[in-house]
Amino acid sequence: MSQRLRVNPISCEAHGMCAELLPERISLDEWGYPIVNEEPLPPALLDHARRAAQACPTFALLLTRDRDRGS
Amino acid sequence: MTPILATGPSLYWYLTRSTGAVALLLLTAAVVLGVVDVRRWSTPNWPRFMVDALHRKVALLAMIFLALHIITSVLDTFAPISPIDAVVPFAGSYRPFWLGLGAIAFDLLIAVTITSLLRQRMGYASWRAVHWLTYASWPIALLHGFGTGSDVRTTWLLALSIACLLAVLAAVAVRVADGWPQTLGCRGAALGGAGAFSLFLLLWLPSGPLGSEWARRSGTPSSLLGHSATAGGSHGSRR
Amino acid sequence: MSDETLLIDAPAAWESEIGDPQPHGTLPRLLAGIPAHGPMSLEDHLAVHGPAPASTRRRGRRGESPLIEQIAQAGLRGHGGAGFPTATKLRAVADSRGRAIVVVNAAEGEPASLKDRTLLHALPHLVLDGAQLAAEAVGADELIVCVCESAPASSDSATMAIAERRGLSVDSARIHIAAVPGNYVAGQESALVNHLNGGPAIPTFTPPMVFQQGVRRRPTLVANAETLAHLALIARHGPEWFRQLGIPSQPGSALVTLSGAVAHPGVYEIEHGASLHSLTDAAGGTLGDPRALLVGGYGGSWIGRELLRGVALSDEHLAPHAASLGAGVIALLSENACPVAETARVTRWLSEQSAGQCGPCVHGLDSIASSVEEIAGGIAQADATQRIARLATLVRRRGACGHPDGVARLVTTALDAFGPELADHARHGPCEDCARPAQLPLPADGRLDRPSHKPVSWR
Repeated sequence: MSQRLRVNPISCEAHGMCAELLPERISLDEWGYPIVNEEPLPPALLDHARRAAQACPTFALLLTRDRDRGS
Repeated sequence: MTPILATGPSLYWYLTRSTGAVALLLLTAAVVLGVVDVRRWSTPNWPRFMVDALHRKVALLAMIFLALHIITSVLDTFAPISPIDAVVPFAGSYRPFWLGLGAIAFDLLIAVTITSLLRQRMGYASWRAVHWLTYASWPIALLHGFGTGSDVRTTWLLALSIACLLAVLAAVAVRVADGWPQTLGCRGAALGGAGAFSLFLLLWLPSGPLGSEWARRSGTPSSLLGHSATAGGSHGSRR
Repeated sequence: MSDETLLIDAPAAWESEIGDPQPHGTLPRLLAGIPAHGPMSLEDHLAVHGPAPASTRRRGRRGESPLIEQIAQAGLRGHGGAGFPTATKLRAVADSRGRAIVVVNAAEGEPASLKDRTLLHALPHLVLDGAQLAAEAVGADELIVCVCESAPASSDSATMAIAERRGLSVDSARIHIAAVPGNYVAGQESALVNHLNGGPAIPTFTPPMVFQQGVRRRPTLVANAETLAHLALIARHGPEWFRQLGIPSQPGSALVTLSGAVAHPGVYEIEHGASLHSLTDAAGGTLGDPRALLVGGYGGSWIGRELLRGVALSDEHLAPHAASLGAGVIALLSENACPVAETARVTRWLSEQSAGQCGPCVHGLDSIASSVEEIAGGIAQADATQRIARLATLVRRRGACGHPDGVARLVTTALDAFGPELADHARHGPCEDCARPAQLPLPADGRLDRPSHKPVSWR
């Protein structure tokens, strides 16, 4: 069961902490909003991903299990 | 040390004053950092997540010193302050109004702290609404300090308090300016409130805490007043 | 596959087929027996199509309603724009916990589309039959018919039809009508549900999907009005009948809104795979030599003049053109319209129609619109078209709904179809056709007030 990152674009207010904490998977566009690589996370990045999700001030960054994803 | 302890002010008296001053300083820093955080300021050496973490940790540290300030004020045997007075305002016998302001500020900050620790479990909008109570708690805490503090006439504490006030005013101005003129009603009210508060201090301080017989006028029980002719000198003439 | 199209709103050219239950699978299907003016009565509807099949207690395999299996075999897909397989949607709602609700989506925020309000106005019983049958299939006890607030004729027609049916106790589920604002994204599934739940008519983040938790947190089937009309006929005549028209990958017929450079614009019924030529023929022929085709909707695709000859109307045939049938908009740009100016106008309007919730949409669409406007006005930077292509890639899939993706598709296909015209405008500014009145209609109202916390860019 793999885990992926996903951003809730409605909640996101472009604080940018996620990109600082997980540059391997998240970069910021020219307006400061995150571009998230939604591929499954390798084990080495899981802790960093969790930390990035917890750091988001608006809870916009979500760590999902494949089973949870909406179609 | 023992002879001094037997006849001079207790250790708790010094601790409650010092922790109170430090708490004010840390709360000021927390407010300033909060505005820096929401304004998304950062540099390569001070990334966003660090500014945010600093804001949270300074705020927690402020709460620790606030707790010490309250505990030591209860333990100090000079002024009759009970644990209840820390959270229930205006019920005590020592400067009830001014102490009560401290209780109110503490209550607000408890709400802010608990919601922040549990923010994963509550909605973002509710968390944010409660968090704005910090803007109310700070001026109340400052007034509490001016009203209850016996050191307010000392240069260092007065200067510290004014510096903290200026820092918070600057932070509020920066916060209000961001996104001006949206939600003009709220922003206008915030600026107006800050201005009115400052004006009030300017007019009240000289005749209030910095004026004569403040200890009596602020509600110090008369049994504690007889030891000094003037209200709260700079070297603790309370005894 | 035969090129069959059928005309609506041209009484002289066509005679009523009341009494003919279409045993041979020809057109018209949805539009059979449509009256020249006003709505079709319940009596006439039953005379043309026969009664709806009685509800049955018999359950198919998996314990589901047999209708769902029929819809699956028929291969019916949604006609609201997304083309999602209807049976899959029905199953998802039927399988979710709780008493379901069916929402008939006739919001039709697409300015160049008229089919849903026409269907609801002229053939309300077909839509309501479909909705009732769907309700039975998913176990719903309530129907909400969502009509655009700027389509009072459709709303009145639906109201009268509901009263007719109530008089004869035709339906088992409660029905009521809800008015929906006319903004572009209001017809999006979660936006519609948001509105029905008392919120604004803008999309919400999913999960939870509306089929799990929608109106009043109940499993909600949001189905396009036309899709339900097809469902009503499949229930009567079966999946094999449905598949007698169309192509294997997209069986059956569809309603399209034909507009622009044709003699008789209007709503037509085609079979999937019909050629564009057969449609324009049925519409009295094109006016002049059309310059381009906009297919799908304003979030759809441009196809340039050179390619129009071979265009056939199905997703399979349109895919090589990076296009799909979408909401059935077929807008032919006349030879004296400026595609650059039209694209600039529509793109700017679409950017203003953003719900304003997601940064990439709010900023990206604004930047895209500005770039197209700059090209149209001859004041663009040298690499303006590359900038548009890059921005289009940047906004795709980064909103809570498909709105930015639609705009990305519109401008990307414009870059392909109008390369020379764009280059010409970039160099020389507006052409002589730019000043002509707009061909693609844009409603003056229907613009949202954006929430105030979102507009700022942080870089």
